[in-house]
Amino acid sequence: AALKAVLRSQVSAALKEGRVTPTELCQRCLALIKSTKFLNAYITVAEDTALKQAEESEERYKRGQPLGILDGIPVAVKDNFNTAGIETTCASNMLKGYISPYNATVVQKLLDHGAVLLGKTNLDEFAMGSGSTDGVFGPVRNPWSYSKQYKEKSVPKSHSEDEESNWVITGGSSGGSAAAVSSFTCFAALGSDTGGSTRNPAAHCGVVGLKPTYGLISRHGLIPLVNSMDVPGILTRCVDDAAVLLGSLAGHDPKDSTTIQDDFKPFELPNLTDVSKLSIGIPKEYHALGLSSEILALWSKAADLFKNAGAKVVEVSLPHTCYSIVCYHVLCTAEVASNMARFDGLEYGHRSDMKDSTESMYAATRREGFNDVVRGRILSGNYFLLKQNYEKYFVKAQKVRRLIANDFVKVFRSGVDVLLTPTTLSDAAPYTEFIQEDNRTRSAQDDILTQAANMAGLPAISVPTALSERGLPVGLQFIGRSFQEKQLLTVAKWFEKQVQFPVIQLEEVKRHESGVFQHQKSASFS
Amino acid sequence: LAPWIPVVGLEIHAQISSNSKLFSGSRVQFAAPPNSLVSFFDASLPGTLPVLNRRCVEAAVMTGLALNCSINKKSLFDRKHYFYADLPAGYQITQQRVPIAVNGSLSYSLCIDNKMSQMVTKTVRIKQIQLEQDSGKSLHDDTRCQTLVDLNRAGVGLMEVVMEPDMCCGEEAAAAVRELQLILQTLGSSQAVMAEGQLRVDANVSVHHPGEPYGVRTEVKNINSIRFLAKAVDYEIQRQIEELENGGTILNETRAFDSKLGCTVPMRDKEGKQDYRFMPEPNLPPLILYDAKSLPANMNHQQVINIDWIHERLPDLPSVKREKLVEQYGILPEHSFTLLNEDGLAEFFESVVKQTQMKPKKVIGWILNDLLSYLKQHSLTVKESPVSSFLLADLLNLLEKKEISSTAAKQVLAELWKGEGKTPLEIVKDQKLELLQDQKELEQICQAVIDGQENEVIMMVLG
Repeated sequence: AALKAVLRSQVSAALKEGRVTPTELCQRCLALIKSTKFLNAYITVAEDTALKQAEESEERYKRGQPLGILDGIPVAVKDNFNTAGIETTCASNMLKGYISPYNATVVQKLLDHGAVLLGKTNLDEFAMGSGSTDGVFGPVRNPWSYSKQYKEKSVPKSHSEDEESNWVITGGSSGGSAAAVSSFTCFAALGSDTGGSTRNPAAHCGVVGLKPTYGLISRHGLIPLVNSMDVPGILTRCVDDAAVLLGSLAGHDPKDSTTIQDDFKPFELPNLTDVSKLSIGIPKEYHALGLSSEILALWSKAADLFKNAGAKVVEVSLPHTCYSIVCYHVLCTAEVASNMARFDGLEYGHRSDMKDSTESMYAATRREGFNDVVRGRILSGNYFLLKQNYEKYFVKAQKVRRLIANDFVKVFRSGVDVLLTPTTLSDAAPYTEFIQEDNRTRSAQDDILTQAANMAGLPAISVPTALSERGLPVGLQFIGRSFQEKQLLTVAKWFEKQVQFPVIQLEEVKRHESGVFQHQKSASFS
Repeated sequence: LAPWIPVVGLEIHAQISSNSKLFSGSRVQFAAPPNSLVSFFDASLPGTLPVLNRRCVEAAVMTGLALNCSINKKSLFDRKHYFYADLPAGYQITQQRVPIAVNGSLSYSLCIDNKMSQMVTKTVRIKQIQLEQDSGKSLHDDTRCQTLVDLNRAGVGLMEVVMEPDMCCGEEAAAAVRELQLILQTLGSSQAVMAEGQLRVDANVSVHHPGEPYGVRTEVKNINSIRFLAKAVDYEIQRQIEELENGGTILNETRAFDSKLGCTVPMRDKEGKQDYRFMPEPNLPPLILYDAKSLPANMNHQQVINIDWIHERLPDLPSVKREKLVEQYGILPEHSFTLLNEDGLAEFFESVVKQTQMKPKKVIGWILNDLLSYLKQHSLTVKESPVSSFLLADLLNLLEKKEISSTAAKQVLAELWKGEGKTPLEIVKDQKLELLQDQKELEQICQAVIDGQENEVIMMVLG
């Protein structure tokens, strides 16, 4: 039960009171990682360094001087964040074996707060994808595939078919991090979010996924996909925990010129009881093509929940939503083409054996190092950046982006506090079904509900809401005003309390329980 | 034969004189051991981000102001993409859309017909000044079929100064660059030493007939000194004229100047026309500069640059210095040019003037004719002169007091060059160069001479 616990209210207290030690916690997480290896959530497990960090944390607790709530807490980090001394691969052949000499700012902050870094989690190669299926280390499996809830609902199609072929995806691209948190192998994980890459897998894996406002958290050390949209994402088991992580990570970083200068004050979330002053906006365009009737119903139910509690619930319009996919495609591929130009095999990473000339070495290295998805985006991006195309595509897309961002400004200006939308079009698809379509098609479909927040730089959070008919998690998304994370998370926390999302019943975790706590029925309480 | 009008424009890259690079904290230093001044960002390690160096921005603002430019209060950074071994990120961060300074001018002077006494002032328009990164250096080792890459220079700050095609020949180009060099050195924004790669000049050259549109231009690179600049430009003008007069055409190509052969040759053009796929640099917000009027009240001074503040603190530019020298000392304009042209010479001159009663108009002759020619003969800089301003002033004082003749003074000076530590007075005494002032003594000497040459005297008296 210690592992199922939620860090802010339970584990921290337990650590402080000595009911469990950081080393024990770390060891249990490491053991669980081993026994859930089939999930393929981790690319690298940093066992030795993690145990060392846990020991150091233990010393601090013994002295009565813990660094804070995060001291001794096992965390995982998506493998596109630089970690000094620990391999950083971005799930790509291009960076296999690459050991960075520096820590990303967010990683350093976690370590400075005493967190224990268990390892690096799996992703789509270079964070390009919405399934966590397109990395060189193979796909990540959604822990819910092995849950009692899912197994009870799934009808085996034939004798020979077992859970091996029936497993569902985590969503992506931060699938490893979502799976790690969902399967209790860590208490929090870092993801990244460019078009929904933290919120999408959070929704599919039944965990909280927070995308902070662009400019709030440093990107120094996050290997970029789209510099103007990327943010470090936070994955936790409850909203309060997300607030704790946010508090330790947010703030100006001189090494990242796109972080705002203002001082950031970490906050504790109030327990909202009265929502009558709240105005919730329901953007009608988010009733997107392909939205499952199940999720539509849940969304509606959620809106009613707010209404019945006294909040003002209004339908709003974000008219340029339908252009966001194409706009995102142009801007994303253009920045990708640019960001990937540094991978030439010369200074670091994979270098081809081709020696005929510098050019041929570059070409061979990049062909060998990148998968189809990455190469496809580079080619598209370079096309859009050609002089003759620049105005037509890139500049046009920037203008459309401005329109999309303005849609949100107008809506928030009209008095709406927070928007409520679905996070995904449906629950998690089985892997065999998901890979029927190519990465680009899937990304275009799956990003539709999440990417506009990245275009506008707004904070957004996916909160686990209910289980689908197939027994899989469905999350709903709240989008807030720029830099108003406190308000956003306060609303999200209230909602979380109302819906009482069930705890995943995983065989593996049961085996690892050591009965420190009583059986917990829910994943959250305050 | 119809006359030809040559048109010359220049693209000049000046390395900014700063402690660290444009976007990273690694040091800037000439001739350091290879790859010893490379930060993670310079090596393009994934996840690193650029952070703008304040000093580099100030250097560009100073230079813009000195060149009479409008400083753009908002300028932008862009990525210019191409693949090359000395460009680790696969793109250079530059300012293509909106540079930091535009629409300036530079005045420079030329001697007509090589006569120092006839100088004309010309002006060349400055199109813009932009901040950008320098690349690393690659050395091609053909024997071992390998390329060695040194990234020490990668990321060093550059100011690219674009001069409009207002010049017409090598001499003008050289004079313009020389003046720019002096300005940069006076400001301290760049040391601008061409030999150390701190000032690189590319020339754009074309020719056309009067009344007709501009001809196709070529770009000439690999020019390593101001002297070679003049040669390269003149050669290229000539080459183009001959080519066209023989019925040929000029290709819009890049040519390298071969200093040994004194000609330009086509450079290996691997990819034809490059599309640099310019894109805004997403990691750097627009660069906002302020002036006294627009400066917000509560701004952190560390975070802002005030153009007016910089303007107030600009040192005297060479042209102003020259005017002051002419006005203060009554020397000729061409003298002031020579004084400023030689590092430290103006200071030396002023120092001598302070320490002597001799009029500056006379001192200048000693400086420009004697001192300077000696230094040039021995390839010494003013700093290395064995004759200090103190010693020279001392000598000139003797001359001024008529204790020695000017011929004697030259003799003393020759002795002083040896740098043996003797004072002018000591040398005068040693070599018995004193001028006699005593009338009687002079008569005695003359008498003695006459007495000694009786026959010649009689011949003279008889006519």
